[in-house]
Amino acid sequence: MREFQTQVLVIGAGGAGMSAAIAAARAGAEVLLLDRSLIGRGGATVMAQMTVAAAVGPPGTDHWEFHWRDTLAAGRGLCDPALARLLCEEGPDAIREMDGWKVGWARDGAHLRAVQAPGHDRARCVYVDFLSTGPAVSKTLRGVVQRTPGIRRLGDALVVELVRDGGAVTGAVALDVETGQPLLIGAAATIIATGGLTTLYARNSASANMIGDGYALALRAGAALIDMEFVQFFPIGHLAPRLIGMDPIMWDPFRYKLGGRLLNGAGEEFLSAYGTAEQDRYVVTRDLATYAITREVEAGRGSPAGGAWLSFRHVPDATLREAFGPVIDRLAANGIDLTRQDIEVAPIAHYHMGGIRVDTAMATGVPGLFAAGEAVGGANGANRLSGNAITEALVFGRVAGRSAAARGAGAPLDRTAAAPALTLVEGVGPACNTAALLARLQAAMARDVGPFRTAAGLLRALDAVAALRAELPALPPGAPRPHDLARQDWFDLRQGMLVAEAIIRAALARTESRGAHQREDFPGMDDGWACNQAITLGEAGLAIARRAVAA
Amino acid sequence: MIATLRIQRGMPGAPPEETDFEVPFEPGQSVLDGLRWIRREADAGLAFRYSCLNANACKECMLLVDGKVGYACTLRLEARVMRLAPLPNKKLIRDLVTAIAPPDERLDRIAAGPKGPEA
Repeated sequence: MREFQTQVLVIGAGGAGMSAAIAAARAGAEVLLLDRSLIGRGGATVMAQMTVAAAVGPPGTDHWEFHWRDTLAAGRGLCDPALARLLCEEGPDAIREMDGWKVGWARDGAHLRAVQAPGHDRARCVYVDFLSTGPAVSKTLRGVVQRTPGIRRLGDALVVELVRDGGAVTGAVALDVETGQPLLIGAAATIIATGGLTTLYARNSASANMIGDGYALALRAGAALIDMEFVQFFPIGHLAPRLIGMDPIMWDPFRYKLGGRLLNGAGEEFLSAYGTAEQDRYVVTRDLATYAITREVEAGRGSPAGGAWLSFRHVPDATLREAFGPVIDRLAANGIDLTRQDIEVAPIAHYHMGGIRVDTAMATGVPGLFAAGEAVGGANGANRLSGNAITEALVFGRVAGRSAAARGAGAPLDRTAAAPALTLVEGVGPACNTAALLARLQAAMARDVGPFRTAAGLLRALDAVAALRAELPALPPGAPRPHDLARQDWFDLRQGMLVAEAIIRAALARTESRGAHQREDFPGMDDGWACNQAITLGEAGLAIARRAVAA
Repeated sequence: MIATLRIQRGMPGAPPEETDFEVPFEPGQSVLDGLRWIRREADAGLAFRYSCLNANACKECMLLVDGKVGYACTLRLEARVMRLAPLPNKKLIRDLVTAIAPPDERLDRIAAGPKGPEA
């Protein structure tokens, strides 16, 4: 069995993980950066199309405090103000640092070009043309990681459990995907940068490897999760016709640049009926648009595939080409001509506001354990503002890296503490179609734990998770062998079921509607619920506690 | 209609075998859609590599389709026999998976500790 010793272990090599690795190494620490996929290729950052929010406008045009105000307003009273402030205040520096690394932000002369995304009070969202923000950010960070001394990188390493010694996290057990064998990693500090949980839902906009495993790692290590009921659905995910080789959230940049018209199945504008008329400008926030589209579909006014129409037919071809040049050709290759046809869109799981509870040093409260990026909860409250996710990844990654580096050198790993997890990785279980079980989990979550929830639906989802848990064998199917997705799915189910239960229980408890959490049986915000819910894992299972929103 | 995916399978050092999987064909599907259907409905242990599903962002799903290099997520499934094989110029891991990570990001190359290579 391969064993590693490092000062700082970073789990996940998306935007947050790579930022954390760079910051930790610059602070003098020796870093091991892992990803379950390939370094800088998996996760959500590479999938981001646009945009990145930060108050980077010319002097006098914007200030981080305005960005902060908008972030808190979008969070519907549940943001941790200090975390939101950190995101907004350090955001501009992170964006300029990326500019210095030649990420290629779109510019107007000396200034970065910015668009005004819904929920922002002014143009504040920078981007890389065309639909290339995420790939450019990933590629740039990947290059810096490679050039920074002190960072070892390892792909195809799926961390299945954190190891604890006397209450502190002292390392991790991972599955080496290539061989199927375990890896043992000792670390003075561990940073969870595994992103969100969108893979729990059948239709989602992120990579296949985001089942929420980082949340489960944190829970099992004794950390608390917060705001788990708040899953953001992206309202206009591509639905039809079938489009390949393009990210389903690609229509967002089209909306920023060209407006576009959202129409119901009858071809009528409908947002005004929900109090959010657009007049060819893209102003409606994600939670409201998701609500309006879902309600139209439920009322029998959906598009044929069960969503809404998005129309750019009023936009001249020359304007389309100027705004999206090469993308128009990629659409043509898919048989889509926006000057002649509308496309169908529908809400799609996109981002998780909730996550691991941390302080402004990204410390979880469990000694040696930190978190960064989407894995963190609190900065975005009940609803995330467009453009805050990459900023959050970059800023929280830097902070987590510095904090982790300050822990110094660690002691060698206690192998006794690692033994239970090693038993799982080396275990030989009965045959089981884990891919089918995972699809059932995704279907149950999509049906009953989507943007609109009822007590009956949530209880049905809880039953579905319990049934899956009863069906899943105690060990992964078959014997360890190279690149076995069936065994990987077993580990994803083990973690994903725990995280799904955390979402469902938090959603059941919150008997009101707020931001991304809408209860059909409890419509409207209730001032009595202006609080967060924290979840921990104990001997008796998950425990939920209400907590006052941080001051 | 049916798309037949004739997939080269096996481990390094053993003669490869071809297995046919019949996948329900819907116009517009990608080859990756077909491979994922096989895992859910026929053989969860089939090995292939992918991450971003649909966006051609991760570039991990590269393989040989009818002898030509392509991405499973952008090649369309067709209602005929399609032959899938691992990349021929990379080390085979299993089935359609090859070692595509840069050498210094792979387990057999990286050092166990920060100071020098593993003893």
